[in-house]
Amino acid sequence: MDFDLMINSFPKLLSATVITLKLLSASLFFGLFVGLLFAILRINKNIFINKFAYGYSYVFRGTPLLVQIFIIYFGLGQIEYLRTTFLWVILKEPYWCAIIAFTLNTGAYTSEILRSAFQTIKPGIIEAGKSLGISNRIIFYKIQIPIAIRQSLPAYGNEIILMMKGTSLASTVTLLDLTGVAKYIISTTFKPIEVFIVAGGIYLFMTFLIHNFIKYLEKKYSFQ
Amino acid sequence: MELLAFGKTGWGDELFYATLMTIAVSITAMLVGFFFALIFTPLKLSKYKSLNLIGNFYTTVIRGVPELLVIYLFFFGGSGAVMYVASIFGYFEYIEINAFITGSMAIGIISGAYSTEVFRGAIQSIDKGQFEAAKVLGVSKFVQFYKIILPQMLRLAIPNLSNVWQITLKDTSLISVTGLVEIMRQSYIAAGSTRDPLFFYSFAAVLYLLLTYLSMKLINKLEVKYSRGY
Repeated sequence: MDFDLMINSFPKLLSATVITLKLLSASLFFGLFVGLLFAILRINKNIFINKFAYGYSYVFRGTPLLVQIFIIYFGLGQIEYLRTTFLWVILKEPYWCAIIAFTLNTGAYTSEILRSAFQTIKPGIIEAGKSLGISNRIIFYKIQIPIAIRQSLPAYGNEIILMMKGTSLASTVTLLDLTGVAKYIISTTFKPIEVFIVAGGIYLFMTFLIHNFIKYLEKKYSFQ
Repeated sequence: MELLAFGKTGWGDELFYATLMTIAVSITAMLVGFFFALIFTPLKLSKYKSLNLIGNFYTTVIRGVPELLVIYLFFFGGSGAVMYVASIFGYFEYIEINAFITGSMAIGIISGAYSTEVFRGAIQSIDKGQFEAAKVLGVSKFVQFYKIILPQMLRLAIPNLSNVWQITLKDTSLISVTGLVEIMRQSYIAAGSTRDPLFFYSFAAVLYLLLTYLSMKLINKLEVKYSRGY
């Protein structure tokens, strides 16, 4: 066991964690909006809108995240037209490509989580709102959405942890996130176990924090 | 379309074999995972705190660390570890481990952590009366497990195991970083030599969708089979 290497690599890995956290927070932020949008489309009664939203979540949940990143980073650059538009400013950066892929991926999972939360809201609650003369819009924004978010907290917590692990794939498109730096140190020193312990420890610590934060939120917003 | 032709001109046959490789790795990894689950589920359900700790350590660490990091650990550390063991037995030559074995072991250990959780949940949700009734009737532990607990557990576990299978199938795409020629690696090679990444990566996505779709169909049949009588 090479403890010197573990101590020396710790600051490098810690500074790479910043990129991991940036990727995670950006994709979760945008992903929540995408997820909410598609969850609302999923509970729409129009069959085309409904099927479209289902197709989106099916495709993004049925294919590996790695394929999605590669299509966006390597694939989209191939379309000549895109290179001439302002979108190219974003799409030529691996950082933004990774965030787009993560956003679309977590959006698909989040939409499923929120949809099932919407569908498990007891009809009595909505009826109660209606009989009190509250408009449909306000019922939706002030009653359905808050309840759905509370209902989906445990599942969403898991999704955050899965996404945190997913950000490690950013290292495949040249980004130096925590996994990217860990791989670099492993391939230059050939000490995989030591680096794995340090990098894995940082990931586990983040998992621990997220897990407890979600638990705290669950308690704070419990129905009792 | 000529890009997908079989034979020397297209990539059809290469991608076909790559798909078979993905299926082979997924199945091997799933079986390796079952093997690990078979060891760690009893540990997690054990009466002894120290055994619980080992079981929890395994599932927590593997489920809290990115798959890619585990794969790098196996890829860079695998042959070192085997050579260390071999050196104890007096063998000092260089041993290179095949990418298939490294990959399916790495994915297998990840899939095992998820399977362990599924089995633990399924066993815990079986009514206590079933265990007690078996005991009262004097059924041996072995028969109790295979004839009473396992059939009931499978019914409860199959829907969740199908999720584990999906995760495992998608995780195999990560083995491409070690150079094993499965769908993702083959698409990478094809994209590089034809300069048509959009087409080949999209085609890879279609192949994965097809695999997940077909396996869902198959698992649904199993589900029906094991819920007879309910």
